[in-house]
Amino acid sequence: MSVPTRSHTLRDIMIGCLVIAALAAIPFLLPSKAFQDFVIRCSSMALFATSLNLLVGYTGLSSFGHGLFYGLGTYSFALLMQKTGLPLPAAFVLTLLLTAATAVVVGAICIRLRLIYFAFVTLAMQMLAHSIVISWVGLTGGDQGLQGGIPRRVVAGIDLGNQYHLYIFSAVLLVIGLLLMRHIVSTSFGTSLRMIRDNEVRAAFLGIVVWRVKLTVFVLAAVFAAVGGIVMSLFVSGAYPELINWPISGDAIFAIVLGGVGSFLGPTVGASILLLLNDVVTRQTEYYGLALGIIILLFALGLRRGLLDFITQRLGGRPAGGIS
Amino acid sequence: MLQIRGLTKRFGGLAAISDVTMEFPAGSLTAVIGPNGAGKSTFFNLISGAFRPDAGEIVFKGETITGLDRAAIVRRGIGRAFQVASFFPSMTVAENLMAAIAAHRGQWGDLNHRFPRQGVRDRAMEVAEMLGLHDNADTLSANLSHGDQKLLDIALALALEPSMLLLDEPTAGMGPEERWRMIEKVQRLWQQQHLTLAFIEHDMDIVFGISSSIRVLCYGRLLAEGTPDEIRNNPAVIEAYLGTPDAEEDA
Repeated sequence: MSVPTRSHTLRDIMIGCLVIAALAAIPFLLPSKAFQDFVIRCSSMALFATSLNLLVGYTGLSSFGHGLFYGLGTYSFALLMQKTGLPLPAAFVLTLLLTAATAVVVGAICIRLRLIYFAFVTLAMQMLAHSIVISWVGLTGGDQGLQGGIPRRVVAGIDLGNQYHLYIFSAVLLVIGLLLMRHIVSTSFGTSLRMIRDNEVRAAFLGIVVWRVKLTVFVLAAVFAAVGGIVMSLFVSGAYPELINWPISGDAIFAIVLGGVGSFLGPTVGASILLLLNDVVTRQTEYYGLALGIIILLFALGLRRGLLDFITQRLGGRPAGGIS
Repeated sequence: MLQIRGLTKRFGGLAAISDVTMEFPAGSLTAVIGPNGAGKSTFFNLISGAFRPDAGEIVFKGETITGLDRAAIVRRGIGRAFQVASFFPSMTVAENLMAAIAAHRGQWGDLNHRFPRQGVRDRAMEVAEMLGLHDNADTLSANLSHGDQKLLDIALALALEPSMLLLDEPTAGMGPEERWRMIEKVQRLWQQQHLTLAFIEHDMDIVFGISSSIRVLCYGRLLAEGTPDEIRNNPAVIEAYLGTPDAEEDA
């Protein structure tokens, strides 16, 4: 491993700026509303999947209920925008705070559990959240979801009712989110995540307070998932029960499996593949689940790893997450 | 350095360690021996905080550490290595050590700085050199030989600059020649680093060859303690070993 330095951070930021610049230019060359929609949805899913990979790939915590925080992001943001007169930035920050507080409670219950128990209890938490949303019709609109749209007040010249503005806004959130998560995994804290994943007992005997690290990463991951949720909430102008139901957690896991747990950008690549598949396959057949299942099997049995992990290993590299 | 008084640990109805009282003086090199299932590993687990004792007291450098958690005990200066080499397989040797050093310096919660911070790699190479691992610094630890993995485990403990080191069978799974190479390294380490060192060992040639003092555990009790000569001629010890000639692995 080359010792990371400040220049790595600068390089990452440069790449992020280039990506945003390229995305900003594309609609002028190729005016396609479908493409912009795709990028917005992809930003949402990529933030969500990458945040889940902080748990699954980097810490070895297989959460099956991470969609709880994604859904919480959509609902609390949409509710705050609809029911209060708060400006968007305030609703944004409040949503993240609310998600973090929820994650502290859920995390405190879950992180001491091991492996399959952790997976099941996180899943149960997600189901609980979903049934609350379904039953609390007065607040959430029940199974109809939060309708009526969300007011898009113009903030600092940015009008999120405008498709192009929302498209750039989503891309910027994605890039900032990825940069921050990239930074998190490259710090000493990030290294302690890998230590816990590799050998929790050894990590504890080197003086790491394992539960504190796990709870911290659980909360951080929840916050980034909520950012993904906010993007989705803006895209759909509201919130729907499907966005907080447990299959959404499955989507994030699929994205990670397709893209690769061992590469930082694996889940982002996976999210794009997943959405492309979704768009292409649903146009051809109604057996979407069947087609997706076959493709996942091909990845799992054929490549035996996600696409990006496969490529990095072919190029002779060791995956960043260091999964062997 | 380390005093243990009336230490007891029960698993269900079975007393794995019962009423053990002993002392590890500063700078001693002590072998802990005993037949299969004597409770040697449990004893180390109690000292290092993996298990909570049911009764008794553990005093380290004059401070009671009974019931503290693993991380807290490590921070007070008791490092340990394991019977089955325990390390971080997805990392290289240098990364393993850098991670341990960062953990020791309390940087494991550091979200502001990139890993590793200044000087950590240099320190990692120093530690690697103490155990002759520096040539393999950039080898993935999962790919090391068994002996080198055991050394890495000890190096991880050493990275914390402990004043006391507990080694659970440093020579487990090694051939006779390799055992001696390992134990000579351990002995050199003990001298150079001025450590208080306790180790569990089944090879009696090694035990009587290098230790300054020996503790014999049998069925969770302290059967005997003394110098190698005293232990060699102790009838109770002879009987305990003659009774179980094929004592090999600790439970």
